[in-house]
Amino acid sequence: MKTQKDINTQEDYKYGFTTDIESIKAPKGLNENTIKFISKIKKEPQWMLEWRLKAFNRLKKLKEPNWQKPKYPKINYQDLYYYSAPKSASEKPKSLDEVDPKLIETYKKLGIPLQEQKRLSGIAVDAVFDSVSVATTFKDELTKKGIIFCPISEAIIKHPDLVKKYIGSVIPITDHYFATLNSAVFTDGSFVYIPPNVKCPMELSTYFRINASETGQFERTLIIADKGSYVSYLEGCTAPMRDENQLHAANVELIALDDAEIKYSTVQNWYPGDKNGVGGIYNFVTKRGACRGKNSKISWTQVETGSAITWKYPSCILQGDNSVGEFYSIAITNNHQKADTGTKMIHLGKNTKSKIISKGISAGSADNTYRGLVDIGRKALNSRNYTQCDSLLMGNKCGAHTVPYIKNKNSSSTVEHEATTSKINDEQLFYCNQRGLNQEEAVSLIVNGFCKEVLQQLPMEFAVEAQKLVGISLEGSVG
Amino acid sequence: MLEIKNLKASINDKEILKGLNISIKPGELHAIMGPNGSGKSTLANVLSGKEGYKISGEIKYQGKNLGDISIDERAQKGIFLAFQYPTEIPGVNTSNFLRTSLNKIKKARGEKELDALSFIKIIKEKSKELGMDEKMLSRQLNVGFSGGEKKKNEILQMKILDPNLVILDETDSGLDIDALKTVANGVNTSRDKKNSFLVITHYQRLLNFINPDFVHVLADGKIVKSGSMELATQLEKSGYKGLYSNA
Repeated sequence: MKTQKDINTQEDYKYGFTTDIESIKAPKGLNENTIKFISKIKKEPQWMLEWRLKAFNRLKKLKEPNWQKPKYPKINYQDLYYYSAPKSASEKPKSLDEVDPKLIETYKKLGIPLQEQKRLSGIAVDAVFDSVSVATTFKDELTKKGIIFCPISEAIIKHPDLVKKYIGSVIPITDHYFATLNSAVFTDGSFVYIPPNVKCPMELSTYFRINASETGQFERTLIIADKGSYVSYLEGCTAPMRDENQLHAANVELIALDDAEIKYSTVQNWYPGDKNGVGGIYNFVTKRGACRGKNSKISWTQVETGSAITWKYPSCILQGDNSVGEFYSIAITNNHQKADTGTKMIHLGKNTKSKIISKGISAGSADNTYRGLVDIGRKALNSRNYTQCDSLLMGNKCGAHTVPYIKNKNSSSTVEHEATTSKINDEQLFYCNQRGLNQEEAVSLIVNGFCKEVLQQLPMEFAVEAQKLVGISLEGSVG
Repeated sequence: MLEIKNLKASINDKEILKGLNISIKPGELHAIMGPNGSGKSTLANVLSGKEGYKISGEIKYQGKNLGDISIDERAQKGIFLAFQYPTEIPGVNTSNFLRTSLNKIKKARGEKELDALSFIKIIKEKSKELGMDEKMLSRQLNVGFSGGEKKKNEILQMKILDPNLVILDETDSGLDIDALKTVANGVNTSRDKKNSFLVITHYQRLLNFINPDFVHVLADGKIVKSGSMELATQLEKSGYKGLYSNA
């Protein structure tokens, strides 16, 4: 009776444009010369180059993992660009007024008004375009409090001691194929340092944009919260629509010292591919936080709506006694998207607590896997974990899978695991329709309700955007 | 307001409504009584536009054929169904849901949408009239509500959405006497010359409080008898079987 309009993802992905801008690229291929090129163009000190080369040597001995559920065609690593940057950004602009108007315009179109940012309070933004950071706002104000918020390439030069001390300390260069690849060829990302007893007065955020074709983006982010400090950080991501699959292999390391807290939120909306599954980003990311100090806390919140394949497990290593790790996740897959995501909570200290809330939503022909590890060590006495995994299915061609691994190595700790799988209910849709909401509004409302516990974790400014995104990602999924 | 002629509806090749006729004018309240399986809820579903039924015959609402108009458009045009079993929607705030609904309907009518503050004023006032606990408004929609709370919530939505045609689908079933009076009071205070009510019920007891203009008996997919309140009284005494033997 109803005519459901045929919705093409390609038309709906409003961030799918390309910025026509002259860029400098490293020659294609993964080799020492490419790494030297990156290190040189970024004016890195020798130790950084050596670190990269060490990772590269390690990489040669590693194989790509293949235990994940979503399979993908072999990536030709020699046919990729590892560095691409707008020519105008090769000399770092000193102030926002010097940033290429084309880039300003790009971010404006993406809803990140860098210039207006100057007048808006509350959020400081680092804008990463392909392989370089093009602008960072509110730097001065943050500096007054002793907070460092800058591109990691700048931190390597200006704050080498901090970078040297912490980079690779959570994700070692030997970790696994993609993490090691990132260590060898990473280009840009954000660096954050919050000094002792400072509560960061605003949200810090990084906006990652892939623009150039045939280019991989290798983001590296490092956040250190010193004793007694607090920071809330958010990242957003988009990319143009292309028929090719592009690789985004990021490494994100968080370190929380005694009594410090880091809240890290992600709204991931990389191009998901078209409705037939052509194109889209391979989002293969390693995110790991170390609660190194006692009473420290790291909380991951992720809203994953984009990418052809999302493959990531933001994790917490709970080393300090009484430390807390949290993981709140929404993963939405529609059409031919695939996600294999979850978390690892490694309890090492005493009285450590972790909480995992995962909401997976699958529609179309998509496949969604929650995979998680809770590992409570022998010495992690009196520790607790609570895990809740809920899956929502829409239609009868999609899949949802839950793969929890639980290891409890002492008898004073407790682990709870709850999991549900449900289908979106016709009676709920009928009820909403009868109250004047159309099919898409009804789906959006019901799914947002399903995800509420996670959405509540997002900073206010982003929660509204994320709610809309949840609705948009599922458009056309109920006929 | 509503003109139904020779309405037939079947689901999975089973005919449920077999040539139903009814005419409801603005300002009127009609009650439909009938035994289990007579097609009462099917009538409510078909009027609201629920999919899955094969339909023939004519349904005219405000002089226009409802035809293939979707559920949400019918709702926007002022058709309201108070559900027999209001569904639970976890994570969705009761008050926010109603505001979303009201603003959709207002928008369709070309009226100005309500901001959060003015809406809260209205919803507080109306829920007080219905003797509802204000805390209910901030709970998840129908989740963990008692049977009575769910039905009161339907009446609250009816009062706020201010529809033209109200269909109450066994709203009285499962209610204690106080809740029943609240529901009846909600209906009585909502009635005016412009709106119409179609009250589907098993029992006379709700009708005692709301004084229907007409009472119809639905049996085996057809209206078999129509009359006034006396018909309901008679039914209560002799049951549906007694009626068939008279008919």
